[in-house]
Amino acid sequence: MTEPLVLGFETSCDETGVGLVRGHTLLSDALATSMAEHERFGGVVPEIASRAHLEAMVPTVHRALAEAGVQASDVDAVAVTAGPGLTGALLVGLAAAKAYALALDVPLYGVNHLAAHVAVDELQHGPLAEPSIAMLVSGGHSSLLLVPDLAREVVPLGRTIDDAAGEAFDKVARVLGMPFPGGPPIDRAAREGDGAAIAFPRGLTGPRDAPYDFSFSGLKTAVARWVEARSRAGEPVPVADVAASFQEAVADVLTAKAVRACRDHGVDHLVLGGGVAANSRLRALAEERCAAAGIVLRVPSPRLCTDNGAMVAALGSRLVAAGVAPSAPELGADSSLPIDVVGV
Amino acid sequence: MLVLALDTATPTLLAGLARWSPGREPEVLAERAVPSGTRHAELLTPAIRGVLADAGVALADVGAVVTGLGPGPFTGLRVGVVTAAAIADARGLPVVGVCSLDAVGSGARTVVTDARRKELYWATYTADGARADGPGVVRPEAAELTGPFVGDPAFAERLGAPVSAAEVTTAGLLRAAAPQLADPALFDGSAPPAPLVPLYLRRPDATPPTSFKPVTTT
Ligand SMILES: [Zn+2]
Repeated sequence: MTEPLVLGFETSCDETGVGLVRGHTLLSDALATSMAEHERFGGVVPEIASRAHLEAMVPTVHRALAEAGVQASDVDAVAVTAGPGLTGALLVGLAAAKAYALALDVPLYGVNHLAAHVAVDELQHGPLAEPSIAMLVSGGHSSLLLVPDLAREVVPLGRTIDDAAGEAFDKVARVLGMPFPGGPPIDRAAREGDGAAIAFPRGLTGPRDAPYDFSFSGLKTAVARWVEARSRAGEPVPVADVAASFQEAVADVLTAKAVRACRDHGVDHLVLGGGVAANSRLRALAEERCAAAGIVLRVPSPRLCTDNGAMVAALGSRLVAAGVAPSAPELGADSSLPIDVVGV
Repeated sequence: MLVLALDTATPTLLAGLARWSPGREPEVLAERAVPSGTRHAELLTPAIRGVLADAGVALADVGAVVTGLGPGPFTGLRVGVVTAAAIADARGLPVVGVCSLDAVGSGARTVVTDARRKELYWATYTADGARADGPGVVRPEAAELTGPFVGDPAFAERLGAPVSAAEVTTAGLLRAAAPQLADPALFDGSAPPAPLVPLYLRRPDATPPTSFKPVTTT
């Protein structure tokens, strides 16, 4: 018997993602984004994102079905991001998923966006080793997780106490006169720069600090002060060195804490996810440090690191396989869904 | 033909099932009006299951979907619109969007509903039920509207005139959709279905920053 075909919906931020997964096999990953409409605001505007989700929903489903070469009537289960995320945005995907599940007469699984970021790696690298440590870093989240059982048990170890890692990239990019979102232009500029040129602070790395929590607010401010001081002195700002040194500080803290979490918990598998996991320096440093520590590093391709529908389908597929009960008919969205709730 | 009708433009979500034929009053088989506040997304699909069960029919027996396009509070409004679009898409059914205010009351009237921010949504209708003006959004004190008013009675004081309570109904939605439901092009696939665009009437709340302050001074 073939494994169930799972249709996944993701609308927690500005990406309308619809994906199809069978078992651990990625069949399609259709995406529409409203990013261009948010650029001039320097951040995602929830109402603009929600309007765009509604417009894109049915066409994106059609693309996902066409790419996978299947019919809607072939779908065996529907999965949807129930949170965390922007409420208005989440509700468009949630309502669509509930309607498709009703109309196709298949079970519905409301899932946690963060756990889905972990699950997506199974589409590329096969079943996850359990337990694994997962580090999720994006514009919306920065979390370190212990994952004993992806279908049932995810334990939060640490998270950012101020800005998300991706937000720090956006704000530093703004200081350097780069476009939003800041991740890609900083990564590009940093290639021409020296990551050791400026010693920017590493937040929460003191001996008495929470070992798995992050803080990027101080780093962001330090970069801004450094650049402003240069500008005030009438000196040119070495943009490439600033970008590289900032990026080095982020990658250093993230990888050090992730490796420490693995060591402390006796876990030898680390999974990265989220948009910031697409950063080239973070990937390189994680590889280096994991190799030195004897840890197997798993990083999905950049396309799968950022928000998409396939990751939701991947987690849905995992829940179906594990025999987890589907969601109640009154399933709702929860903008601050706790990370230890995998399926709602 | 059986028609599924949905509306989430007001704090009371509506799901209804009716038998429709051209030139006749719709025969409502089942209707659920759920005072759902901000819980439309949670309660709409259960309400749809409910009306199907009440009428003893399956979704496979339904021939078309009608949905209110607002105006109404955006977040809740989108729930109904995307639900209608998704059900219609999954079942290969035509879907018709109508102005939600058209489905409130009947005859010559001015419909008023809550637009929040101390404003109301309005539309005026002639004796034969045709929309003469609107929909619009306005502060009641600034509105140059004449009654009889129907809709949300909470606005009576600010309008200085009585408002008889009325809500979106299944029959009202089907009456508003009648011209489109009677058009064979809706069913023979000769015209691609028009995308369902809510009647937002307001631009998104988003003002681009005029200048970026230095990070350290904030
Ligand atoms: Zn994400």
